[in-house]
Amino acid sequence: MAETRYSKDHEYIRIEGDVGTVGISDYAQSQLGDVVFVELPAVGKALDKGGEAAVVESVKAASEVYAPVSGEVVEVNAELEGAPGTVNEDPAGKGWFLKLRIKDAAELDALMSEAEYQDYVKSL
Amino acid sequence: MAVEAADATNEASGAAVPLKTPLHARHVALGARMVPFAGYDMPVQYPTGILTEHNWTREKAGLFDVSHMGQCFLVGPDHETTAKALEALIPADIVNLAPGRQRYSQLLNEEGGILDDLMVTRSIDPDEDGALYVVVNAACKDADYAHIEARLPANVKLVKAEHRGLIALQGPGAEAALAKIAPEAAEMGFMSSRTMKVAGIKANVSRSGYTGEDGYEISAAANKIGEIWDTLLLDADVKPIGLGARDSLRLEAGLCLYGHDIDATTSPIEAGLNWSIQKRRREEGGFPGAARIQRELAEGTSRIRVGLKPEGRAPAREGTEIATPEGEVIGTVTSGGFGPTLNGPCAMGYVARAHAAPGTQLHLIVRGKPLPAVVTPMPFVPSHYKR
Repeated sequence: MAETRYSKDHEYIRIEGDVGTVGISDYAQSQLGDVVFVELPAVGKALDKGGEAAVVESVKAASEVYAPVSGEVVEVNAELEGAPGTVNEDPAGKGWFLKLRIKDAAELDALMSEAEYQDYVKSL
Repeated sequence: MAVEAADATNEASGAAVPLKTPLHARHVALGARMVPFAGYDMPVQYPTGILTEHNWTREKAGLFDVSHMGQCFLVGPDHETTAKALEALIPADIVNLAPGRQRYSQLLNEEGGILDDLMVTRSIDPDEDGALYVVVNAACKDADYAHIEARLPANVKLVKAEHRGLIALQGPGAEAALAKIAPEAAEMGFMSSRTMKVAGIKANVSRSGYTGEDGYEISAAANKIGEIWDTLLLDADVKPIGLGARDSLRLEAGLCLYGHDIDATTSPIEAGLNWSIQKRRREEGGFPGAARIQRELAEGTSRIRVGLKPEGRAPAREGTEIATPEGEVIGTVTSGGFGPTLNGPCAMGYVARAHAAPGTQLHLIVRGKPLPAVVTPMPFVPSHYKR
């Protein structure tokens, strides 16, 4: 079964084998407000843990989305170009940003589990 | 994820303990997200969000709390004396402002730079002749009052109206909604002002606003403004709107935001506000920076504020460099974002005059990459002022 882990910057990564699907949490989308534009990286780009992976823009502000772990981009969600609001409507599902081939599975250990992340959000 | 470009509403937060408008508790009860703005704790959005609020205002009627803005009266012995005292500080013709009319103008420094922009209203009531009602920006009000007071003649006084609240009702449904509780409001023309009972409460009502839509601003005693707010919200066509949508609405309408599109380094002519300087003042001068402004009116300026429509969907935010397609930097974006009614990005900024003609192709440098954009006449969305 796929496991989802979270960064303190509110990105999630859903792990299926050596590929992880990256997006932003429901909390993050609620804080951002209405998403109007998403800039995604090129397929094949190598991302470093904590480096800029994508940009998400709401009506009012631009925010960077960071790579929760290092890896190579293998797919991006092209649907977001025409329907950026999907990030608000279904952040954990259809509103995903990109898939990456995880370089070092050990980096996942530093991320939070679902329960840990929910506690973290409550503490904010 | 981290917020990279802070929104305009987070600036100038100033005071350590934010001030509250008379409607603060109502915003909290409505579930608003409160942010510091110009020293006040203000609603940036309500639970439905900025897009929904923006669209509601364009289609129905949006209700805004703008009680943080500075309301004051200049009081002198007669209209001409008070008007001349104010004319020494601003370039608008106030002497010839008719009773019950209002004008947009700018407080200028000696170099003709804009210290603040403001609305000036002459009361329709002959008993109040000699008094001018002035509304200034929240972030500037203390400095404005000090600047004005220091320059008034002995027989004209500045009286702060800190005991008053101010709300704006904006949108195509504004007239019908307000007329239900203040029938006189329906008869008013654009940029006019009257004193009337609104839901039984004495209020100053003007037909003006900051959204590009028809609408009103309603000023009443701080301890009564909440009753007017509550009564208006009983109308199914009226919803509360936060500062976020206020900003996207005014951007689409091509209206300047002080501290961003205009400031002490920009003149009204560079900002394209020539229309706000009436003929008599252009000819006679007699306001701060008149020499520069008269020269700029005659000869033009080296840079000018223009509208910019980026191709594609990516917004260009404040501070974005504006370049020619060849890569020469010729200006900076002063306001930019996503226009919900336009359904695309829009921006304004200053460019060298040679590149200011509508249709000129330019580049906006967004995250290091040139984004094609075209100089576009403003407003980006047609205005619907009452004529």
